[in-house]
Amino acid sequence: MAQVEKLAADLPLLPAAMVGAEALARARRWHILVFLAPALLVYTVIMILPLIDTLRLALFRRVDGVPMFVGLDNFNILFFDPRWSGHFWSALGNNLYFFAFHMLLQNPIGVALAALLSVPRLRGQAFYRTVFFLPTMLSFVIVGFSWKVILSPLWGVAPTLLGAIGLKSWFHPWLGQEATALTTLALISVWQYVGIPMMLIYAALLGIPAEVTEAAELDGVTGLAQFWKIKLPLILPTIGICSILTFVGNFNAFDLIYTVQGALAGPNFSTDILGTFLFRTFFGNQLQLGDPNMGAAIATMMFLIILLGVSLYLFGIQRRMRRYQF
Amino acid sequence: MAFSTRLVALASVSACALLAAAPAVAADVTLTIESWRNDDLPIWQEKIIPAFEKGHPGIKLNFQPTAPKEYNAALNSKLDAGTAGDVIACRPFDASLELFKKGQLTSANDIPGMDRFSAVAKAGWTTDDAKTTYCVPVAAVLGGFIYNKDAFDKVGIKAPPKTVDEFFADLEKIKADGTYVPLAMGTIDQWEAATMGYQNIGPNYWHGEDGRKALIEGRQKLTDPQWVAPFQQLARWAPYLGDGYKAQAYPDSQNLFTLGRAAIYPTGSWEIAPFAAQAQFKMGVFPPPVPKAGDPCYISDHVDIAFGMNAKTKQPAAAKTFLAWTASPEFAQIYSNALPGFFSLQSGVIEQTNPLAKEFASWRETCKSTIRSTYQILSRGTPNLENETWVEAANVMNGTETPEQAAQKLQKGLDSWFKPAK
Repeated sequence: MAQVEKLAADLPLLPAAMVGAEALARARRWHILVFLAPALLVYTVIMILPLIDTLRLALFRRVDGVPMFVGLDNFNILFFDPRWSGHFWSALGNNLYFFAFHMLLQNPIGVALAALLSVPRLRGQAFYRTVFFLPTMLSFVIVGFSWKVILSPLWGVAPTLLGAIGLKSWFHPWLGQEATALTTLALISVWQYVGIPMMLIYAALLGIPAEVTEAAELDGVTGLAQFWKIKLPLILPTIGICSILTFVGNFNAFDLIYTVQGALAGPNFSTDILGTFLFRTFFGNQLQLGDPNMGAAIATMMFLIILLGVSLYLFGIQRRMRRYQF
Repeated sequence: MAFSTRLVALASVSACALLAAAPAVAADVTLTIESWRNDDLPIWQEKIIPAFEKGHPGIKLNFQPTAPKEYNAALNSKLDAGTAGDVIACRPFDASLELFKKGQLTSANDIPGMDRFSAVAKAGWTTDDAKTTYCVPVAAVLGGFIYNKDAFDKVGIKAPPKTVDEFFADLEKIKADGTYVPLAMGTIDQWEAATMGYQNIGPNYWHGEDGRKALIEGRQKLTDPQWVAPFQQLARWAPYLGDGYKAQAYPDSQNLFTLGRAAIYPTGSWEIAPFAAQAQFKMGVFPPPVPKAGDPCYISDHVDIAFGMNAKTKQPAAAKTFLAWTASPEFAQIYSNALPGFFSLQSGVIEQTNPLAKEFASWRETCKSTIRSTYQILSRGTPNLENETWVEAANVMNGTETPEQAAQKLQKGLDSWFKPAK
């Protein structure tokens, strides 16, 4: 009775034993409330209420210091006033690129690393696992700063190392060029967070019972074929969870770009994503004064985009996904 | 027993009364000062705070700086939440004006010593109708160029350049020699290109205050030749910057220069103290070269820092005492010499002991002063002209936009919200 998606926080599946004792469960139903109450209370106070207040704030505007209800006008400005919409759409576009990059690179690499780590006779498993996961535990400030120094054209090891193998001409100030800055930042982010899909999928792979793989081996399905035909379908739900975590993480991303490129997300706003756009608008920058109402409008859009993405996944993919129970 | 209890009670009551009557005398009050000058922390601790506390027993100072780029956001949040310090370092112009309008800063008109500041000095912290000044002006910073004297000697440059042509001839010489990076500047942080580039060399073209005021009054546009010319010069700087200048950050430029690897560093007077502490070579300074020999020279003499009082402070009397002290010649003398490069805004000459600071200050007599063009009024709307100037100046130096394109973008952004008062 093992479940593949141990870590997957999806639909609660009642174990069979409980279903048999349905009458008993009904009598004790007040337990549910008691157990839910602490989390629900904390979650309401620190998440739901601020979220509702953000939505409310987005419908107001300060005129001479007095909040005034303006309906959806802030969103109208955000989408159609060229002074705002340019930044908004470019930030959204950059955000999509950032996400696509993670999906195409971070998660496949995570799966590959997990598959390698779960090879039974691999030596130094624990060592590799720790090393791959280490960057994830580092603060984004340290990661941002380290990579800034590594890639620095003046003191970085990147130009020195490339120079040592005669490829100095391949070095470019990647973080300072419009064409390469966002990709470089995405790569740094992938490097930092690849440990998360790796760990989740590694756990899922370990959860596959030995009987299944042994049966496959008896049928002559071994090696790579075994991975593609037996293991991958079994870990698909976990990959789905990784994708949704990546999606939420990327559309909330801000810290790495702020530490490396600053609030103006240069050069020429080429690394501006919704998070930095929100920060600049809400808190201001140098001579730009903060505008909490427009900031709240952007935050609301980020919330809606994430909500839309998660809903699409939940109703479009997760519900249709086949689960295997052993 | 009962008697002694009563006595204690009586004593504590009278002590309380005393405390209420004269808080500054009876107990030490601590004033927390908010500032973005985290570089100055040691100087405050070693020089300024002891000098103040010596003359004002009973008031302790706690200088609590935030990183410059986080300061505005952090300060606004703290003021809104009621957790900000008693004394606030005021950014010039609109950021502080907004705080005053929101009632978070008090008027400083009644602070003794405010008459020591000229109207120009107070301009950065005065309401549009010029009636109320809400911060006590502290210091201005001057733009210019710092150079490595050893580098100039080695390459054979006798005197610092006076005109733009001489400037580029010198850059060419340094580049041909190859020992030094001619100019230490990077574009990744963007503000260097705008503040130490555009605003530094620009006043010579737009003629300082004349051009700046004409822009506000709508008589000139950012696409006029005198406003495009500084961008054109910046574009010409690019070949003389270090390898990979596009990913060179502000601290990189500072290190490049103080390690003796660069010859000229376009900057401002705020760099004097940290550079003097780090550089092992002789440094000199020169003002922004003028377009043609004999042209009048203009320097960026930017009102930068002031102190105001948090309207919600619990120690208004002590805070006012401190502000009055910052308006005194004693403070000006200590501040200017403890922080060479931050020039007091008080009328009357402060004696400078640092030779570089002395030279910077001497330009005030030969050249005309002006504040940064984007600071007053023009950065009130969306898009924000200051932000745009950072981005465009960096784009021009990166070669991704022509000077004309950059100027057009700035003017277009300004036109979208700014209607000059005619």
